[in-house]
Amino acid sequence: MQEVILVKLGEIVLKGLNRRVFEDRLLKNIRRRIQRAGNFDVYSMQSTIYIVPKDEDADIDEAEERVAKVFGVIGYTRACVCEKNMDAILKTAPEYLRDTLASFSTFKVESKRADKKFPLDSMQISREVGAALLRANAHLSVDVHNPDITVRVEIREKGAYIHCETKLGAGGIPVGTGGKAAILISGGLDSPVAAWMMAKRGVELTAIHFASPPYTSERAHEKVVALLKKVGEYAGRIEMVTVPFTKIQEQIRDNCPEELATVIMRRFMMRAAERIAREKDCGALITGESLGQVASQTIQAIACTDAAAHIPVFRPLIGSDKAEIVALAHRIDTYDISIEPYEDCCTVFTPRHPRTRPTIQLVEAAERSLDVDALVEDCLANVEIRHL
Amino acid sequence: MPQEIYLDNSATTRVSKAAAEKALYMMTECYGNPSSLHSKGFAAEREMTAAREILAQRLSAQPNEVYFTSGGTESDNIAILGAAHAKKRAGNRIVTTAIEHPAVLATMAALEKEGFEVVYVEPDADGNIPAAKFEPVIDAKTILVSVMTVNNETGAVLPLKEIAGIIKRKKAPALFHTDAVQAFCKLPLSMKKLGVDLISVSGHKVHAPKGVGALAVRSGVRILPHAFGGGQEKNLRPGTEGVPQICAFGAAVREMPAESDAERTVRAVQTHLIERLRAMPEVTLNSPENAMPYIVNLSAGRVRAETMLHFLAQRGIYVSSGSACGKAKPSHVLTAMGLPRERIESSLRVSLSAENTTEEIDAFADALALGLQTLSHT
Repeated sequence: MQEVILVKLGEIVLKGLNRRVFEDRLLKNIRRRIQRAGNFDVYSMQSTIYIVPKDEDADIDEAEERVAKVFGVIGYTRACVCEKNMDAILKTAPEYLRDTLASFSTFKVESKRADKKFPLDSMQISREVGAALLRANAHLSVDVHNPDITVRVEIREKGAYIHCETKLGAGGIPVGTGGKAAILISGGLDSPVAAWMMAKRGVELTAIHFASPPYTSERAHEKVVALLKKVGEYAGRIEMVTVPFTKIQEQIRDNCPEELATVIMRRFMMRAAERIAREKDCGALITGESLGQVASQTIQAIACTDAAAHIPVFRPLIGSDKAEIVALAHRIDTYDISIEPYEDCCTVFTPRHPRTRPTIQLVEAAERSLDVDALVEDCLANVEIRHL
Repeated sequence: MPQEIYLDNSATTRVSKAAAEKALYMMTECYGNPSSLHSKGFAAEREMTAAREILAQRLSAQPNEVYFTSGGTESDNIAILGAAHAKKRAGNRIVTTAIEHPAVLATMAALEKEGFEVVYVEPDADGNIPAAKFEPVIDAKTILVSVMTVNNETGAVLPLKEIAGIIKRKKAPALFHTDAVQAFCKLPLSMKKLGVDLISVSGHKVHAPKGVGALAVRSGVRILPHAFGGGQEKNLRPGTEGVPQICAFGAAVREMPAESDAERTVRAVQTHLIERLRAMPEVTLNSPENAMPYIVNLSAGRVRAETMLHFLAQRGIYVSSGSACGKAKPSHVLTAMGLPRERIESSLRVSLSAENTTEEIDAFADALALGLQTLSHT
């Protein structure tokens, strides 16, 4: 009895001539992602990707968990393959489904024939398989209208596939088909979610983290690493660039009006991030800002921040409520890490009364007391790079 | 003193060198409090995180699903009390078995005093409990099912997966707990595959020091704490973590061979043991045929277990009567199986680890035969 994973492709089937590119990328991403689960054959045929264990040691459970987090997968199911004849199907189905059906009281069987040469039609297949399952499971009964579980039999090119419900995949499009962008990540709730959302749209990520020791600790840094590893379960490999930011923050504190400190700090982040992005071939920056959430996230403050950057800045959470962001953070399992209580670069030197409507003139005037270029150069000269 | 032959690995195991070294290192060098903000504290936390990851991997769980405790008993207590109290409003029935470890049975007795109805499923005469026996007792008001993975006296393996199916089918609001102390690193354990919500394991059965255990809580499952303090282990087991034991636990588990490899090794030794025992007409086997190979329970003629145990110990061979925890009380497990009194009173448990050899088994069998010859008349 061989068990495989069948993967349904998402939007990528709509991509016309680019379809090949998208599909190849998805295959590559799946292969890379399930490597750690053992040896599998991964190939596509007629809009389905087949994931087939090559040996005993291949861990199909782990492969399934990993496939569930690959963008571009709209749905997936575990299935059992057997020969395309009724004897084999009737022998395999009860055996394969024994454990699953133990949890349910009612069921029905749905069948599909891609191979129309198969001697029985789909109604006949369903009837025979249903009868076999009833014989094997005394506690079961048939309910065609509202079953607890639906068993599916598909007669495909290469064999007969028996499975139950198709599970929802991560959706989106394959990472790597949407270019590269750099996420500014602090350690809070929002930025990991923003990173995840852009990865869902096919974007490969580089992460930029600003660290301000001794105001921020090693633990705050490790927290970001942990967050990126979680995001990486979906987004694939992430290169993390840590930028030393203490000097800039101290200079702002000592030389600029307190109420403008946050927006000036964010402009420095943009400048440094843009330089790193260009060096790493990233076409855009990503931030976790949500309009009106804090003082630096008003339209005016964002306008001042953006004026410091010369590449697009994506803010996928701009219209999201906190509750929606929290729900997503739970879904991608970053919530528990994000709420660990360590200071990050955004929480040190927070002004008591930040200006919610700064103007670009005010901000530029305030920055005149700083040697902006030298400060940026200085922190860029000391970045640390880590591959996650 | 003759050579030492240790056949009591289900009572406890020798601490591995790696585990002992790790504990020493954590006590004398990396001694920070993991809750301290400074780097000394962070270094200790890192070591603990590494141990948590090792445990998680062995349990096919996520690190955030693993909670460190002081041992199997505490894990069982946290799981059972925590689940019963969290689910109180959904019903009143708890289902367990008559052959659980005292850590479970005594906790159940406490819950009975609180007013919960506890149903104890009895084993068959061979020590097994078929899943069908749970069918009539699990109902829509059952809030907790606690069934051990492997029995500590007979090695009987319980049908967890099938029981999980019954819980789901009956639409019971129950959380499903298993005491896997005797199964950890011996049978593959996975909350997802077995369909359980809570798994208790212990360190000292897998070559870690005594005083450490773990409870795996499936993510999304909420149980109530019954001890209160400084928020450690996400409030489920507060109090400064036993960092040396925890890290030693990680070091020990990392060294444990894969379950299937270990089983092959132990199975060979067990097969030899069974052959030798079958050749002795006075010996009857109390473990079921399909038991896990690590535990062999036998009754040796009419010689009281305690007498035989001391006779063997004089020859450097260590086994136990019933379970180590039961001391001299007659075994509740063998009693539940309905074995005659004299068979219970003469029952010995031989429990193996991957370190035992067939030569050791021969020495044991020879000594047992000698014991039967010399002690039978008393």
